[in-house]
Amino acid sequence: MSREGWINALLLAGVAGVPLWAWAVDEPFTITLATRAAILALAGVGLNIALGLGGLVSLGHAAFFGIGGYAMGILASHAQAYDPIMEAPILIQGTKSMPVIWLVAVAAAALAALVIGALSLRTSGVYFIMITLAFGQMFYFFAISWPAYGGEDGLSIYVRNGFPGLNTLDPIQFFGLCFALLLLALLFSARLAKAPFGLALNAARQVPTRVATVGLSPFRLRLVAFVMSGAITGLAGALFADLNRFVSPTMFSWQTSGEIIVFVILGGVARTCGPVAGAALFVALEHVLGDLSDYWHIYLGLILLAVVLFARGGIVGTLAGRGRAHD
Amino acid sequence: MPAPRHKAISVTPILFIEQVLNGLQFGVMLFLMAAGLTLVFGVMGLINLAHGSLYMVGAFAAAAVAGATGSFLLALVAALAAAAAAGTIVELVVIRRLYHRDHLDQVLATFALILIFSEGTRWVFGSFPLYLNIPDYLSGPVTLPGGIEYPLYRLAIIGVGLAVAVGLFWLVSHTRLGIRIRAGESDREMIAALGVDISKLYTVVFALGAALAGLAGALVGAIQSVQVGMGEPVLILAFVVIVIGGIGSIKGALVGALMVGLTDTLGGVLLPALFRLFLDNSAATTTGSALASMLIYILMAVVLIWRPRGLFGVAA
Amino acid sequence: MTDPVLATDGVTKRFGALAACDGVSLELRPGEIHAVIGPNGAGKSTLIQLICGGLAPDAGRVTFRGRDVTASNTQARARAGLGRTFQVSALAMEDTVLQNAVLGALGARGGAFRVWRPALRDPALRDRAMAALERVGLADVAAVRTAELSHGQRRQLEVAVALTLEPHAFVMDEPMAGMGPEGSARMTRFLDGLRGQAPILLVEHDMDAVFALADRLSVLVYGRVIATGSLAEVRADPAVREAYLGEDA
Repeated sequence: MSREGWINALLLAGVAGVPLWAWAVDEPFTITLATRAAILALAGVGLNIALGLGGLVSLGHAAFFGIGGYAMGILASHAQAYDPIMEAPILIQGTKSMPVIWLVAVAAAALAALVIGALSLRTSGVYFIMITLAFGQMFYFFAISWPAYGGEDGLSIYVRNGFPGLNTLDPIQFFGLCFALLLLALLFSARLAKAPFGLALNAARQVPTRVATVGLSPFRLRLVAFVMSGAITGLAGALFADLNRFVSPTMFSWQTSGEIIVFVILGGVARTCGPVAGAALFVALEHVLGDLSDYWHIYLGLILLAVVLFARGGIVGTLAGRGRAHD
Repeated sequence: MPAPRHKAISVTPILFIEQVLNGLQFGVMLFLMAAGLTLVFGVMGLINLAHGSLYMVGAFAAAAVAGATGSFLLALVAALAAAAAAGTIVELVVIRRLYHRDHLDQVLATFALILIFSEGTRWVFGSFPLYLNIPDYLSGPVTLPGGIEYPLYRLAIIGVGLAVAVGLFWLVSHTRLGIRIRAGESDREMIAALGVDISKLYTVVFALGAALAGLAGALVGAIQSVQVGMGEPVLILAFVVIVIGGIGSIKGALVGALMVGLTDTLGGVLLPALFRLFLDNSAATTTGSALASMLIYILMAVVLIWRPRGLFGVAA
Repeated sequence: MTDPVLATDGVTKRFGALAACDGVSLELRPGEIHAVIGPNGAGKSTLIQLICGGLAPDAGRVTFRGRDVTASNTQARARAGLGRTFQVSALAMEDTVLQNAVLGALGARGGAFRVWRPALRDPALRDRAMAALERVGLADVAAVRTAELSHGQRRQLEVAVALTLEPHAFVMDEPMAGMGPEGSARMTRFLDGLRGQAPILLVEHDMDAVFALADRLSVLVYGRVIATGSLAEVRADPAVREAYLGEDA
């Protein structure tokens, strides 16, 4: 196993081990923190496909995170009120079933990513950054000004949604569910990076003209990557809303987009487990520094600045040495 | 529940003209923000998310100085000076390390600066908003031709914004600094070869952009509250402006700013009125204002489909 | 006379007042190496862009294998069988040599939308890529990161990526650029053998290579073709002697 492989294994063992330990000593809050880290890592894994592999600096992934969140909120709120979402032309009921919610979240986020991507990918570089940021903001303002689902106040769900065979109200079981999804997403992104699609996308990031001259469309590669990326981040959004049993426009905010990028960068761009390291560190800092000072974002800012200016490979990059070499 | 933004039952010509003026005022304010962003990107190739923080610094400096001295003019001077100083320091300490980095590093480092600025300001001034009063000589309405009453202060903002626009065009096209800025945009090696101290030029351009953002913050601070986080929504709108106008173009920033200002303001009034033609009143207000909140982004999308590099953008 | 594989018919491209290509008509016939020479700024790069789909002409047509491809983009022309090499190597520098060649093989397969099986373990892709690397003599360095290759090796890899496409025509933009005499000689021998596989439109500054390889020659000056023909014909052409080979006459 390579050095990065060992680091990844240790990292995942840590993210799984901490809540297991907390479960053994009955510290449910720590389990919740670990669940939060796993979900945020999942959002980062999604972004990493666009950002790390595709070089697409999206500052609008909060849109997909929020869509996932609202997919959960809307379906569950209708279900708990026994109020169908629509009756004509076909009857659509709300649901409290996680698998169905996930499916809807993924499909809705993918659709949004398709539209946003098709428009934004007409441009590149700094235009792309600004446009994705602006589209994220569009959803934010829409969520605030659309009163049907709580507007600015957001939506609360009384009871966490269910998964067949599990008690999702038990923190460790819900953690297990989130962690399993994270592992699946990691496996997918690791396979993707080495598959023909990843190879071509990675080349399109470096030399788009070359990719076009062998007959492949950089635009289509990027669009598909953006859709996959948005879909995974959307799934994370649905889980995040379920964790908090609450969804609000904050999930759509530009800070959320910024934070998802921060997970990826803190951990190491284009490293399979980079987002896991980044999200775990972020949650740990939030918890530790948040206890020390109300103004913990200052320290987060300084750490981030230091990483960008001096430790460019992020955590995994610094520990594992030069990366991106494939077999 | 927030109150609906616009309760007008019908759109009268007077209301329309008022809203056009509001749109202009919003537009010139966006221009002050967008001009700095677009200059910094055009000359240094830097995307600066912390531009909104400089806006906030200007507003807080103005509010603090106005509170201490009671002078609005001193407050404006303080806003310009504080934002320019903050810009200079940030450029010297952080930003200049980013010019040769990719956009991702720039985004992250300036995102980190936002966190530091916002929390630092909260630390110093607390979480409660400050208020900056409009001075007596600019308060109250004036009567415009046609009998329209309009706040003098907002007219003054329009005037200041347009004056700054004229000044910037003059600066860029007629002064030595402007020649260097234009040279820096087109050919960095050439300007260095000519013996211009490029790093000093960059600091000056960055400080100039910062001062404009600080001015915008102070001017707007008197009609809204001065609080932490006030800069970022404006920053994102300024991004929309320069995407529409074309990055690097001051003319584009002006046209884009006015388009965004007018679209947002008029959309907020006209769309609910439009929907009232075929929906009941409350549904029309809801649908109309929800759609209005998305309108400038739709405008941006349309411009992009038509011209991916913005209205006045140069080809890559 | 056989039909040309690739032809331009009066293609014109203006940048403002400057006509970078002005009514250029060229033919690339089966089995030949057709060299395009001309001084710097003659419009050679623009011509390549027009042929390969990087730019759209203001007037004129480009036909490839009997079809009008003037409106097709770069990808479509590549899929139709146009293999191009770049003057400045356009390779994925972070990737290995083999990965760059596999990229070409993916293009030849016509799509890269497979997300599960590793590309390098796909025998079809790997074999095709390795075969191309072997032909240019890069099989030994297949696992090396492209950024670590020498300049000459990168030029060879450029050609190898084009080879993986098994194209019906090559368009090569100064394949000898920046190579030493020995490298140029090796590349010349290689291209000499390649014409049997597909004809080559060769834009080149290295006159030794051009005289050694070209079956026919077109001279481009200020965006216009001032002469086309065999080496002897072009050498004898008074317009060429005056405009281009003037100092040698």
